[in-house]
Amino acid sequence: MKFLCFICAETPVDEMSVVEGARLFGEYAAFTEGIRRSGHYIGCHRLLPPATACTVRVRDGKVSTTDGPFAETKEYVGGYYLIEARDLNEAILVAAKIPGARTGCVEVRPVADDTETLRAIGVPAVQRENRDHSTFLKETT
Amino acid sequence: MRDVPDAGVDVAACIDAIYRTESRRIFATLIRLLGDFDVAEEALSDAFRAALEHWPRDGIPANPRAWLVSTGRFKAIDGIRRRARFDSLDDRIDEVEAIPDESIRFDGDGIEDDRLRLIFTCCHPALSPDAQVALTLREVCGLTTEAIAQAFLTAAPTLAQRIVRAKGKIRDARIPYEVPAATELPARLDSVLRVIYLVFNEGYSASSGPSLTRIDLSAEAIRLGRLLVALLPDPEASGLLALMLLQESRRAARTSPDGEIVLLEEQDRSRWDGALIAEGSSLVREALASSAFGPYTLQAALASVHANAKRSEDTDWGQIVGLYDVLLRIEPSPVVELNRAVAVAMRDGPRAGLAVVDAILERGELRDYHLAHAARADLCRRAGDRDAARASYARALALAKQEPERRFLERRLAELRDDIR
Repeated sequence: MKFLCFICAETPVDEMSVVEGARLFGEYAAFTEGIRRSGHYIGCHRLLPPATACTVRVRDGKVSTTDGPFAETKEYVGGYYLIEARDLNEAILVAAKIPGARTGCVEVRPVADDTETLRAIGVPAVQRENRDHSTFLKETT
Repeated sequence: MRDVPDAGVDVAACIDAIYRTESRRIFATLIRLLGDFDVAEEALSDAFRAALEHWPRDGIPANPRAWLVSTGRFKAIDGIRRRARFDSLDDRIDEVEAIPDESIRFDGDGIEDDRLRLIFTCCHPALSPDAQVALTLREVCGLTTEAIAQAFLTAAPTLAQRIVRAKGKIRDARIPYEVPAATELPARLDSVLRVIYLVFNEGYSASSGPSLTRIDLSAEAIRLGRLLVALLPDPEASGLLALMLLQESRRAARTSPDGEIVLLEEQDRSRWDGALIAEGSSLVREALASSAFGPYTLQAALASVHANAKRSEDTDWGQIVGLYDVLLRIEPSPVVELNRAVAVAMRDGPRAGLAVVDAILERGELRDYHLAHAARADLCRRAGDRDAARASYARALALAKQEPERRFLERRLAELRDDIR
């Protein structure tokens, strides 16, 4: 099952000193390499800070674009990892190793894998059949 | 294999007894086998219905628990197959194939592991604390939704919805049905202990209310505590059980017949429950000897020192101050500091305690905490400083919200006024 781990941070790496930033990038490099090897890794990206964001809405067919993120909060999503995990406990174990979890926090969200969603986003039927849709208990022995 | 039906044995009564003692165990195993709380619930009642039908005729099986698990599993698979005729067959076939065939391993350790799995799943930290409590009482203790709602003074539909949502989250976020690995265990056990203590306190603080029709949550929490200690020997689990037993031992003495608070030092110690004190104290000793204890064990140790003092004056305040010192090292908290200050006052006199209380109040965290001002007032009173005592009681009264506490503070204020006249 796939989980998206949102990394919520207070201080963007862009605002850190060169030394701090280098150390953090080093930690992320080691972490990412680790979960690639363990097979949990699916994808990840770092996001530029919220100051670079704009928010788009369409009302009555009219596009309106405003400056900034849709919610002003102290903590914001600084990046994410998409991971594959057996269950929530395994996902939590992986999330706890994300360097950002030590200063900010990581939100762990299960990725929807119901038939309707997969069909809507165009996942080929073959993959749809292969997806495991068992409930939480069936893998425990 | 089977007992010969005996006319003298009331099979229905026997099934009833098995239901009372075994149904939650069987349920826990069925959840593992069937992968779903609701399917397991249905399978459980199907299994007992089948027992009522077959046992009077065929006799009680040699291993009733195994029979019930196996029958419940079979009935559930049968149900899924029957529904499959209407649904798309493929999905259902997967469901059936995913159900492990473990009809041979139904007794022994496996079953007890299932109960522990159920406890850890219901108390998973990804669920809200409210949901953890509701789910544990519903699924582990087997209480009805109505009884739980009544105990927490919540509307039954609200509580039912809380349970449905929690089960939905377990399914959707894939919370596994497992006992956490050794590395995760301490953190996860904390969550279980917190749920049990929350249930206990809810029952303990509500004990003066209209409790005739309400289930006894404290007793339920103690039962849970005993179950946990039996399933997972751990010093802190024993410490929590000891703490609950020692607090429970004072229940009859802690309120007057008209519902007023009776302070520890003024309680009629002959009304304390000696058997609970003995059991709690021996659990504390074991937990302390393990050196892997935590805050629950230390609080239990504190309660044990009080419980074993024949009279209030016999209390070993030196030991209490020492225990608070250890507790503060593990879990720093201004409220614990305040309790320690009161113990210091008992050991070294009110002035010594007052100095510590004033230093705590100075820092500001407890400035709006009514018990801090009540403690200060009490120490001033004992030190003979009536004006300061009155001012602090008044401050405490302005901050206190619970009625019995307010009445207590008002009484103290009135006593000080009477003394002056």
